[in-house]
Amino acid sequence: MSTPRRGATPPRKPPISAARRENRAGLAFVTPTFVVVLVVVIIPILWTVLLAFQNAKLVDIQQNGLFGRWTLDNFEQVFGSPGFWSSLGTTLAYTVGATAGSVVLGLVAALALRRPFRGRGLLRAAMLLPYVAPVVAVSFVWEVALSPQYGIVNEWGSKLFGWDDPIAFLSTRSYEVGFLGLHFDIPLALLTVIAFETWRYFPFAFLFMLARLQAVPDSLEEAARVDGATPTQRFRHILLPQLMSVIALLSVLRFIMTFNKFDDVYLLTGGGSGTDVVAVRVYDFLTSRFDVGAASAQALVLAVVLMVLLGVHFKFFGKKMQEESA
Amino acid sequence: MSRAFRMTRTQFEEGLFGVLRWVVIVFLALITIVPFYYMLLLSLKPIDSLLLDPGQLWLSAKDFTLSTYESVLKPTSEGGQGFLSMLLNSALVAVATVLLTLAAAVPGAYAVSRLKFFGNRQVGALFLAVYLFPATLLAVPLFVMFAKMGLSGSLVGLAVVYIAQTVPVSIYMLKNYFVTIPHSVEEAAAIDGASRLQTVVKIILPLALPTLMATGLYVFMIAWNEFLFALLFLAADPGKWTVSLGLQQLANGIEVSKTVLMAGSVVLTIPVVVLFFAAERLLTEGLTAGADKG
Repeated sequence: MSTPRRGATPPRKPPISAARRENRAGLAFVTPTFVVVLVVVIIPILWTVLLAFQNAKLVDIQQNGLFGRWTLDNFEQVFGSPGFWSSLGTTLAYTVGATAGSVVLGLVAALALRRPFRGRGLLRAAMLLPYVAPVVAVSFVWEVALSPQYGIVNEWGSKLFGWDDPIAFLSTRSYEVGFLGLHFDIPLALLTVIAFETWRYFPFAFLFMLARLQAVPDSLEEAARVDGATPTQRFRHILLPQLMSVIALLSVLRFIMTFNKFDDVYLLTGGGSGTDVVAVRVYDFLTSRFDVGAASAQALVLAVVLMVLLGVHFKFFGKKMQEESA
Repeated sequence: MSRAFRMTRTQFEEGLFGVLRWVVIVFLALITIVPFYYMLLLSLKPIDSLLLDPGQLWLSAKDFTLSTYESVLKPTSEGGQGFLSMLLNSALVAVATVLLTLAAAVPGAYAVSRLKFFGNRQVGALFLAVYLFPATLLAVPLFVMFAKMGLSGSLVGLAVVYIAQTVPVSIYMLKNYFVTIPHSVEEAAAIDGASRLQTVVKIILPLALPTLMATGLYVFMIAWNEFLFALLFLAADPGKWTVSLGLQQLANGIEVSKTVLMAGSVVLTIPVVVLFFAAERLLTEGLTAGADKG
């Protein structure tokens, strides 16, 4: 309980308690941030929801007003077009592949760079390059390197591995490979964009896992070593449990980010050759057809699918994660 | 299981992982350094020499040229690609984004980390929820909104849009630092008669300067590298292109040679890489703070 200072202000009716004052200060401090988020995030999202239920082309939004002319046409159109379901499948494959790839490679990298060696600091910094560099520049480098005409990958591939024809990595929907007399098709362009995404984001996972690894007390491992545990056993029973919470967090974060990813795929393949993720389709609806309603409906469906997936994840794994960390 | 066998298994594994570790290290060095070396290499040779021998991994002295850089940086009026003015546009947008984001994020981060108020937890969750919505979802209404306001071709408009991308991560980084500042510092200031706002401005912010810098740099990176919104808002107006957008637009055409565009890629990459290396420790610590607590 605070006492009002004498003389400063005439004694007010009930003195304001410290908790209430803190509440007020908190609200005052959070207001500017909240207003900004409201204007650039929340209102646009709510507006998308409205647009998704309106028959809105870019030209007639002016007349439409915010409300009215409700319709479910957009959703009929979205669910009705065969391209939508396959693109949702592509998005899922892309997201799962890239998330798993970047987290696993990040883990391997963190384990390899755990103990100091000469040049570790330099390598660690260099390894962050893919994550730091602008996506337009690195996707352009990949595009040139993988080009069938002047790309270095195909040149070395034919030199070293005797590839008969140059491989168009970014524009081949399915590529036939023979293995032990068996022939099967792999979705080459999709795998290439997954590889790109893995490459670009493993440094992020690496950073977080290295930070976590370095907080594991040496004595734990020392004790296990004395007890005769082999390196795999030490990893399985000591390091992995310590890393589990970071791995879980990274997986969820990367999943969300990749699911919504637009630029990487758009820049590498333009969404062609079996890499038509939903985010790129939204962009196409918006810019080539000026169909704001259909674009909004698709974006909305994408967000809902993501939320359902996350809901399921937390329902099944949320409890388990808590138990493990407890 | 006999002790002797156990020893050999340990020895075997230790040997194996000792070797594998170096294989992994070399592999990581290759995949992260070679693409950037390749970028630099191609930017320094004429297009003919690339087409003649695409597999060449080094630069012969007779090929070396800086004309690619000259042609990419020269203004369009002199027959170049005008990347110098695009660099200026990118820098303007990125700096404006940093200032706007920090102004928006600092009070919020302070409130969430320090003060108990009604809705504290909900606010934190709300800022995180921003991540759940695809940028494309935001893009549709922002595109319409800005088209209506006549801001669609404006660099300031772009900076405002970028706040949506940068505020959540800024709040996260700042909050992680604010919670480490002991309460006693603020209590001492309060006893000396400082108001809450004075305390934040005169005491907390100077203490948090390294984190403010790290956050600012990270925001700068995001804004400098951003592509989708630049494409949506500025594509129609070449005078306002950022470097990312300019590079993509030129790469889509066929008239500019690949090696000149590689020079453009280097020009786009260098500023953000230099900034990053200058503050690497600061940045990685700011980003991963809290990760070690599990």
